[in-house]
Amino acid sequence: MSYRGRAKQFLESQNISIGDMISIKKNGTEYRGMLLDRAEDADQMHIVLKMDSGYNVGLALAEAEVKLLEKGDKPEINLPPLDIHRDPGKMDVSIISTGGTVASIIDYKTGAVHPAFTADDLLRATPELLDEANISGKAIMNILSENMKPEFWVQSACAVADEINEGADGVIVAHGTDTMHYTAAALSFIMESPVPIVITGAQRSSDRPSSDAFLNLMSSVAMAKSDIAEVTVCMHPTENDNKAHIHRGTRVRKMHTSRRDTFNSINSPPLAKVKDGKVKIIDKKFAYHKRGECQLEVNDSLEEKVGFIKSYPGIAAELLDYHIDKGYRGLLIEGTGLGHCPDHLIPSLQRAADEEIPVLMTSQCLYGRTNLNVYSTGRKLLSAGVIPAGDMLPEVAYVKLVWALGQTSKLEEVKKIIETNLKGEMDEKSSSKYFLRDYGE
Amino acid sequence: MIEMDENIDYEKLGLMMGLEIHQQLNTTKKLFCPCECELTDKKPDYRVLRYLRPTQSELGKIDRAAFEESRRELTFLYDAYPQHTCLVESDDEPPHPLNQEALEIGLIIATLLDMQVVDEFHTMRKQVIDGSNTGGFQRTGLLAIQGHMNTPYGRVVIENLCLEEDAARRMGQRKGKVEFRLDRLGIPLLEITTDPSMNHPEQVREVAYQIGQVLRSTKVKRGLGTIRQDLNISIREGARVEVKGVQDLDSMEQLVKNEVMRQLKLLEIRDELRKRGALVENQIYDLGEILQDTESKIIAKAIKKGGKVLSIKLNGYKGLIGKEVQPGRRFGTELAGYAKKMGVAGIFHTDELPAYGITSQEVELINGFLEIGENDAFILVADEGDIARNALEEVQRRAKIATEGVPEETRKALDDANTEYLRPLPTASRMYVETDIPTQMVSSELLERVRANLPELPEEKKARIINEYGLSEDLSHQLVRQDRVKQFEEIVAGCGVEPTTVASLLAYTLKELRREGLDVDNLPDSHLVGTFQLLKQGKISKDAVSDVLVGVLKKNCTPEEAATNLNLMMLSKEDVKGIIIEIVASNEKMVIERNMGAMGPLMGTAMKQLKGKADGKLVNKLLKEEIQKYLK
Repeated sequence: MSYRGRAKQFLESQNISIGDMISIKKNGTEYRGMLLDRAEDADQMHIVLKMDSGYNVGLALAEAEVKLLEKGDKPEINLPPLDIHRDPGKMDVSIISTGGTVASIIDYKTGAVHPAFTADDLLRATPELLDEANISGKAIMNILSENMKPEFWVQSACAVADEINEGADGVIVAHGTDTMHYTAAALSFIMESPVPIVITGAQRSSDRPSSDAFLNLMSSVAMAKSDIAEVTVCMHPTENDNKAHIHRGTRVRKMHTSRRDTFNSINSPPLAKVKDGKVKIIDKKFAYHKRGECQLEVNDSLEEKVGFIKSYPGIAAELLDYHIDKGYRGLLIEGTGLGHCPDHLIPSLQRAADEEIPVLMTSQCLYGRTNLNVYSTGRKLLSAGVIPAGDMLPEVAYVKLVWALGQTSKLEEVKKIIETNLKGEMDEKSSSKYFLRDYGE
Repeated sequence: MIEMDENIDYEKLGLMMGLEIHQQLNTTKKLFCPCECELTDKKPDYRVLRYLRPTQSELGKIDRAAFEESRRELTFLYDAYPQHTCLVESDDEPPHPLNQEALEIGLIIATLLDMQVVDEFHTMRKQVIDGSNTGGFQRTGLLAIQGHMNTPYGRVVIENLCLEEDAARRMGQRKGKVEFRLDRLGIPLLEITTDPSMNHPEQVREVAYQIGQVLRSTKVKRGLGTIRQDLNISIREGARVEVKGVQDLDSMEQLVKNEVMRQLKLLEIRDELRKRGALVENQIYDLGEILQDTESKIIAKAIKKGGKVLSIKLNGYKGLIGKEVQPGRRFGTELAGYAKKMGVAGIFHTDELPAYGITSQEVELINGFLEIGENDAFILVADEGDIARNALEEVQRRAKIATEGVPEETRKALDDANTEYLRPLPTASRMYVETDIPTQMVSSELLERVRANLPELPEEKKARIINEYGLSEDLSHQLVRQDRVKQFEEIVAGCGVEPTTVASLLAYTLKELRREGLDVDNLPDSHLVGTFQLLKQGKISKDAVSDVLVGVLKKNCTPEEAATNLNLMMLSKEDVKGIIIEIVASNEKMVIERNMGAMGPLMGTAMKQLKGKADGKLVNKLLKEEIQKYLK
């Protein structure tokens, strides 16, 4: 139990544990209910009671007369395994969970919410998935997406590869939304895949009836069955629950803290939309990798020591020096405007170049491309060896650098990789349609 | 058999009632976001389309009310506004922290009702997936328990006081989409629940009145729809039924009577069903072939649209389905209520057939096909296959319950004091914790501050103004009831006019003007004060006050302008004197002839000319002086 200090001492001395029915008398009023666990970060003065009405209340232990009425069972979730038979007429789709809770189960007795991790849990919560495909599921890790690390990208890529090797016709990765776009970019660079790899999640947790998880998951299954063999992100394009958009993994970014339609394709249209279980390409001229075009390949060597630095009016050169001193192997700068940073940083940038540390320049505008030829600072940055990242998103360029440095340590070769369009992450042409959701749909 | 007569012995039947009152609070912001607590009639700027799915519990069980709603697979459309509502209402942003103003109003009410306040307030999610809450749950928390109230019929316990958010406003239903407006969602509500100890409708009325008085002493909303009352009714052997939306306390007695009747009738039906050994088969039959050439328009239309005609057998139910359970409502209406929730327009049953284009020949065919026995009945539904099937499954479920007795239900109060089936009674199990909102400690400092600043209760207020202003019992009562005490005190302080005059205008004159169709409610206090100031300054007479206000309301002008326009401004002493000098001069002969005897006729002439513009006493005085001066 999560009770601490005085509350814990008291409950133990009374032989009261979670799930027991107790009575608490205070100022002549009696509260009866089941003792619930308390949040780990809550104070030590109160205990939580679930009353018969279903309401939880917190009651201070001071001046309270507490009595154990009946020992209860510690509530445990114990579900019988599902008995599902594979339908040879349907495609096989694997769902890999990294910790984003696309499905949840509520323990109504205590009101606690349990994330559904196993395939069985997932299918119990969303049995409709079985109408669309043979679903197999695996929870490979359980972390909040803000705690993601490059090593987990590799772990995810290997898990996806295992599923493909075992015959999956498509793989879905359930992921927390905070860093979903980093993982999408990472899987894009690490993997060559003959089948669709779809990353999805939810902006409203799956413990609520209004969760966007269900539609995102159903749409992801449709996408996993499609012929678009790329790493994509499948999420709501609007606040409505009626369709999903498919974004290329190297072009997508989380753009809103809470809305369902937080993910946008930037400097590119979304690849496709999914409505009523059907996948439709948005721009027919848009080229993409088709199912079965290539062999499965995993290039998973990464260089984790890459710094991500945002330029701002008060930035000091010591920030760059710190990274160089600490042995960082590459630096990604999110510059201002066309790709600038204050010129007093140039000596430090020159130092990085001298030490064969690639420095990539992106723009914090996100929309548009870098151009270091327009202003004198830009030209000076180029002379100091800075590599412009074009219309690549800063996060994508960062992931690409992490991956490129895993492939080679030679500055020239890294530069070549960065400047080559590998997975649709860059484009020479800018369209008027690409700015702020104007996809002309 | 009990007749539907006037005298029901409630005590003998073991009638138990509890009251649930929902009152909107008049806070500046909503409970969990900064939007204002006002409804709007403006066209929505955009609409959000959503579905809701119940979340399942660890036992694979879903709350039965939530489950039933979900079977209807409804789509919801929410009217939204970029300014009037925000992302919290549309469930696209987590809730903001609990509104402290609402919490404090809740604490004031808890204290006034002598309730025990919890030490720590936990916001819960109550699963409601009928679309009225965008999240699929209503946020609610228990603030206080165990208050009490004395009534002439005995003591009533106020069990719970909950602070919760109001639901979205249902605007209608179109093509399977239920439309809601987000303006009401999130307005703070207090839910006050009594224990089910009341056994007479009069007692419920008294409790509702007393709670209303307490609520009105604080910052609560007024007007239609801002307070809603639900009634829990049960009789011994019957079941707890929650009647939603009891608007009118006056018709409540009839409503209670009708509901008691319904439960008694259902018990009679149960006894008869048991006697007959009634049984509901689980089978659903397809009557498509038998009725393919039917003249029934409803059935023919359903078949034409590719729908199905399905039927079930209720063995031993014949004659009972047509039995009246409430005035004008039959047991069949109850069955239909369950079916309608699944989307069908209605059902056909044995006890009403042949009718609706279904011939006796067809009934015979159906009876033969279903092997209907002497006491057996059938139910028929024509609609889209899935809808018809779901509807009949619901009818089967309800019919089975009939052999056990009265089901626990949430019902809706109808205008004719009957009730209709709404949904199953929700179970306590539909509550889980709202993890997005931190728990809130109710500190003893806060409670002490609340206790030290309690508002005046209506009775206390009445006694005080009688005492302070020398008002009559009746005038004070009216001011309190109409909630005009604050206004009264401000106007009296602002104009210095005799309090009874002000009180009488507020309590009665304004009411009359409203009855005449004038927009009294939007009359600013400043105009009332201005009018009384004119009176105080002697610029208008007491009789002119009402006319001046009419002028203000009709012409939308200031009281002074109105008085001038209507020629109601009193003349100055000098002007009056001038007119009187003139009158005396032009009647010189009469004055010389009659001396002071001319006072009478000349007073008449003067008043005719100065009516409403000069005080009679002044005219009298000036006229007397002038005649005397003249005679000298």
